[in-house]
Amino acid sequence: MADVKLHGFWASPFSYRVIWALKIKGVDYEYIEEDLSNKSELLLKYNPVYKKIPVLVHGGKPIAESLVILEYIEETWPGNPLLPSDPYEKAMARFWIQFAVAKASVYRAFFVSTGGEDQEKARKDWLEVLKILEDQALGDKKFFGGDTINLVDISYGVLAYWFKNTEEVIGIKVLEPTTLPRLSQWVQNFMQVPVIKENIPDSHKMLAYLRIVREKIIVAEQHNK
Amino acid sequence: MGEENKVILHGMWASPFSKRVELALKFKGIPFEYVEENLKNKRPELLQLNPVHKEIPVLVHNGKPIAESLVILEYIDETWMNSPRLLPQDPYKRARVRFWTSFVQQQLIETLLTVFETDGETQEKGVRDMLEKLQVLEEGIKEFFPDGNPCIDSNNIGLLDLVFSSVFSHYEIQEEVLGIKIINIEKIPLVCSWLTALNQLTLVKESIPPHDKLAAIFKFVREDALKSSSA
Repeated sequence: MADVKLHGFWASPFSYRVIWALKIKGVDYEYIEEDLSNKSELLLKYNPVYKKIPVLVHGGKPIAESLVILEYIEETWPGNPLLPSDPYEKAMARFWIQFAVAKASVYRAFFVSTGGEDQEKARKDWLEVLKILEDQALGDKKFFGGDTINLVDISYGVLAYWFKNTEEVIGIKVLEPTTLPRLSQWVQNFMQVPVIKENIPDSHKMLAYLRIVREKIIVAEQHNK
Repeated sequence: MGEENKVILHGMWASPFSKRVELALKFKGIPFEYVEENLKNKRPELLQLNPVHKEIPVLVHNGKPIAESLVILEYIDETWMNSPRLLPQDPYKRARVRFWTSFVQQQLIETLLTVFETDGETQEKGVRDMLEKLQVLEEGIKEFFPDGNPCIDSNNIGLLDLVFSSVFSHYEIQEEVLGIKIINIEKIPLVCSWLTALNQLTLVKESIPPHDKLAAIFKFVREDALKSSSA
């Protein structure tokens, strides 16, 4: 069996998407922690286009971009399927995964917002995105994948953990039971799934890291103005 | 045609996202009804079919709507498994196609929009980014055309071909409207050969709107964007 390696970063939600998928599928892999301020030669060789993690290397062949990696994992290890087999249902799952990509800039705007009208607008815009997700993607299901998690849940893991920590850093709650009851319940349910619970960054480290990253981006954006 | 296997594509004649789906259906020989949507004055039916983004393209198959062009293309390939297969069978090769399709979709299109909708320094930077990214693409597609000679026909055309063609097949009209050279044969010879091969296909040729119509809408989009950014 060809070997599997994952180049990742401890704080990255994209890295964790791949970890969760590999764990659910029971795939043995070697994890290589990358120092993003000092990227390894291998990483630069495996992902010359973006020079980013995660990169999955299977039998020496590299795959970059977390969503591309997830589809690869699903197709290569079909046990414990993470996408519906019906083409229409599969298309719906992919649609919602792409929704996350389309709305990433709305998330980012909230993440770097510092206060006043800008922040209020960013919060409202983001809340609207979450409402669509709750209403039309999740509905009354326990998970986006139904009774068990699938690639859609895995893609939105960033909400369950990273976003919750972001709320603490910014000091504003958006994803709450009063405004988003079903999505809030999804967060609880998702974080209780054993594979997720056992594979999540340390929350103290995460908070500290998010604070630093946010500061850096805010300072950089002010410089660019 | 009964409801069984009925295919309707809601699109817009100048949209590359719509065009690529049209091409996929035509290359696969899938009969479909085309509905031209007015994006300035969206019909309630469109808003019902795609309530999340309110955009075209939307493919309706057996009464069920699917939005997002790349999602639609994968759906088409999985539902109508005749030639041309839009994605290879091998998972690693599929990953490579998806990677580069994502590059065109997220990197090139965004930069092209910047070049179209801005001027001055912002546009200049956009053009530099565009040229740089096309250089990256030039390197990247070598794995798809190892002998340096893209031979595309109606049996082997794929996802990346359709996505790239939908955006760049009419590059000359774009360059004319912008007054800027983007596709430079000296800098990106393989990309140029690829475009030439794509543009030789009858279905691709027929899919490009008439010169004057396309030039007019590009001019309009650019002027509109410049007006609203200076407002």
